[in-house]
Amino acid sequence: MNPPAKRSRLAGIVLWLPYAWLVAFFLLPFLIVLKISLSQSAIAQPPYTPVFDLSAGWSGVRSFFAGLSLDNYVFLGSDPLYVVSYMKSLQIAAFSTLLLLVIGYPIAYAITRTPPRLQAVLVVLVILPFWTSFLIRIYAWMNILQHDGPLNQLLLALHIVREPPAWLSTNTAVYIGIVYSYLPFMVLPLYATLQKMDDNLLEAAADLGCPRWKTFWLVTVPLSLPGVGAGTLLCFIPIVGEFVIPDLLGSSDTMMIGQTLWTEFFANKDWPVAAAIAVVLLCVLLVPLVLYEHMQARQLDGGR
Amino acid sequence: MMRRGLSWFNVTSVALGLAFLYLPIVILVIYSFNASQLVTVWGGWSTRWYAVLLGDRALIDAASVSLGIALLSAAAATVLGTFAALALTRFGRFRGRTAFSAMVYAPLVMPEVITGLSLLLLFVAVDFDRGFMTVTIAHTTLIMCFVAVVVQARLVDFDRSLEEAAMDLGCPPLRTFLTVTLPLIAPAVIAGFLLAFSLSLDDLVIASFTTGPGATTLPIRIYSQVRLGVKPEINAVCTIMIAVVAVAIIGASLLLTRRSDVVPAVARKAGPPDHSAG
Repeated sequence: MNPPAKRSRLAGIVLWLPYAWLVAFFLLPFLIVLKISLSQSAIAQPPYTPVFDLSAGWSGVRSFFAGLSLDNYVFLGSDPLYVVSYMKSLQIAAFSTLLLLVIGYPIAYAITRTPPRLQAVLVVLVILPFWTSFLIRIYAWMNILQHDGPLNQLLLALHIVREPPAWLSTNTAVYIGIVYSYLPFMVLPLYATLQKMDDNLLEAAADLGCPRWKTFWLVTVPLSLPGVGAGTLLCFIPIVGEFVIPDLLGSSDTMMIGQTLWTEFFANKDWPVAAAIAVVLLCVLLVPLVLYEHMQARQLDGGR
Repeated sequence: MMRRGLSWFNVTSVALGLAFLYLPIVILVIYSFNASQLVTVWGGWSTRWYAVLLGDRALIDAASVSLGIALLSAAAATVLGTFAALALTRFGRFRGRTAFSAMVYAPLVMPEVITGLSLLLLFVAVDFDRGFMTVTIAHTTLIMCFVAVVVQARLVDFDRSLEEAAMDLGCPPLRTFLTVTLPLIAPAVIAGFLLAFSLSLDDLVIASFTTGPGATTLPIRIYSQVRLGVKPEINAVCTIMIAVVAVAIIGASLLLTRRSDVVPAVARKAGPPDHSAG
């Protein structure tokens, strides 16, 4: 490949266009969020005190720093509503990621056992629902889980229950919605690593008299750990900030942090607090985010 | 061989998994043809709810806004995302590469409420009127990263010697890109475009934050209805959206399978030295 020095102006555009776009519309917005989370809320349009007044010169810069305050963060820490909401989100995300792993692993494993032609078809079948609207898929579950919906009709017909249980507005409904929506994100990375596995290793273990379950536990599982890691992060991070699923399927006591942020912003019109919630959420997710990026970069740059 | 075989456990897990993924959608589609006013009572087959939709002006407007935003942002994202993928795979270690790749991967998993809120605050800070354009910009930012990942995966496992051969023979970089690289990555670029399009069409959270007067997208419209409960006409809208996506995917896969016959042919043609001339 041509060395950097020989790169043409055209190559420059190829690099700088997406770079500039992401700086302007991804990085810069975060800095603004950070700034606004440090300002006072105000009853105005927009509902916070001005961002930065360059025309005021040096005194403007001084008043900018003087105007910063940690009030919103203190407020977040002092009101148990927010702390509980963060904990609830982390707990729901952790448990549903575990569920996804338990449900997704056998599916991914089974797909690798099928003949190659069928494998391709099955992978497409797993991805396909991801192409239909997220909102539609959650709505489909509202249909099924409603009080006199198909699920309860089935349970009553089979005499499994006497009284139709309430599904909507429960934790169970939220977990069902999350597992349903994120299953492809768990199955695909798992499939990718399991599929690459060298069958000779399993054969060697079997030849040496290792029982199948033990081979699975000592050979297959450790070798699939990169896939487990990728799937876990790919699901866990966005689930923590999930909004639509708990809002449509959950109740007021499954108030996740995404909903809290939404309410602060749209209902209470408290933009600085909403921004502070976002900053704290980002800090909470920083460790898994960095891990995920590291893995993505290594995986896609791999072999170079 | 035994190990390659399927156990009953394997078959059951795949069958249950697929049933879990598809049954809710099938039920939704069936109920959209329910004649009964009550969503849960089956009253025979009917298309009455589709007729109701045709009279819903607000819904049709929202659908056209969504389609416009999706087309525009998917087109922009395809260009930006392909560029980003090229920069990441072909430019070696340039300055700011780590920051760049971080910005490409982070939006993929970033909770949408954060992305939406931060973009809105940007638009407010620079006093940009919110509406069609702001949603389009917001969607472009998110979905270009998906395009970048799809195209990058293709670029990584593609035979670099084809490009090198063309350039060794004096083909200028731009021409090499257009005649060798682009045809080879075309399936990924098309797939990226389709993914981008469907993601934009689908997005509720980011659109809700960045939208303004007169730019109500279809998901925002559906969401405001769905919050009030299950309605037969919403079942019908959803069925139409599923049908549109299904047709698009089937069309694309037909296109791509025919393409994949073309691609090896192009690769073979690109191989021999005389190709750089024409």
